Amino acid sequence: MQWFFNNEIIVIAFTIVIYFIAEKLQKKTGVFLLNPILVSVVIIISFLSVFNIDYETYHKGSKYIDFLLKPAVVALGVPLYLQLEKIKKQVLPIIISQLVGCIVGVVSVVVIAKLMGASKDIVYSLAPKSVTTPIAIEVSRAVGGIAPLTAAVVIVVGIFGAVFGYVIMKLFGVKNPIAQSLAIGNAAHALGTSRSMDISPNYGAMASIGLILNGVLTALLAPYILKVLSPWIDA
Amino acid sequence: MFNVLSDFFILKKARQAEASFLILILNFNKEKMIRQAAIIFGCLAIGELIVYLTSVKLPSSIIGMILLAFLLKIGWVKLTWVKGISDFLVGTLPFFFVPAGVGIMAYFELIATSFWSILTAALGSTVIVLVTTGWVHQYLRKQNKTKLKK
Repeated sequence: MQWFFNNEIIVIAFTIVIYFIAEKLQKKTGVFLLNPILVSVVIIISFLSVFNIDYETYHKGSKYIDFLLKPAVVALGVPLYLQLEKIKKQVLPIIISQLVGCIVGVVSVVVIAKLMGASKDIVYSLAPKSVTTPIAIEVSRAVGGIAPLTAAVVIVVGIFGAVFGYVIMKLFGVKNPIAQSLAIGNAAHALGTSRSMDISPNYGAMASIGLILNGVLTALLAPYILKVLSPWIDA
Repeated sequence: MFNVLSDFFILKKARQAEASFLILILNFNKEKMIRQAAIIFGCLAIGELIVYLTSVKLPSSIIGMILLAFLLKIGWVKLTWVKGISDFLVGTLPFFFVPAGVGIMAYFELIATSFWSILTAALGSTVIVLVTTGWVHQYLRKQNKTKLKK
């Protein structure tokens, strides 16, 4: 089986086919927890473990897929531009609440993880957990976190926020629909956004503003917030 | 405009990854493939250059993203010039980070030792973010409205 994964083209084809199946699975069943990324990752890891193939071998081929992540993040500039055009009128309340969400998100996760005794690698990996995976991975790499751990946590956070987000906000008295959608986009990125899209396209659009703005803000601010906290984290 | 938005909702309307490389080529051909690729990779390259020159702790892709939005805003880049490639890349985004997700298998032991702190921190912080962001925005909206009424 080793030869199979030593061939880059085969690894790429394998990954594409698995993802295709995972996506079909979710469309057919409509179950939210069957997130295509989650399902493909689980299938691929099980496959590799069963045939006793290490990650380095798989990565020789999969790095070509990884490579496209960077241009894809650049392409997010288009929705960013479109959203900014849209919110011109109420830009200040939105930017301020997103800014608060960004700072609170980074600081709270770092503080809780550190207090619970997580090592500093893990603390750094958790910092960008609220933002969409491609940005979170890039931020994690920039601040010295473990990018795959970040990716996994981001997905877990997204599913949690999408499933329980609206219930939690109602419980704590966040009643305004716009505030709810912005908050869910901020906290639970694309998965929260797609949940909002299920409620209505307007909720979805607002959530995607939260998703994009928090992505940008976290990328810009997280390294500096972590720098301030680093004496405490490293101690 | 809504096409771009809806492509972004990965679960709902993500394009199929199965034909990713084929679509990449087709999309490129539809509207001047070289120009589209040049803009995206140009923004990315400038991002790389800025990171190299200033050693700022930002991912080059984020700088590229902000640069692209800025160029669209000031009109140096037209939306139609990048629409095809951007729709494709954004729509296929979830697929691109499968390899990064698989990378977690190298860290199973590390995660097992701090599983509960990771989970508590991530979920606890998510609740805090949801509630504070929602509260702040609600409060600011009220302020805005009362100001308008006066």
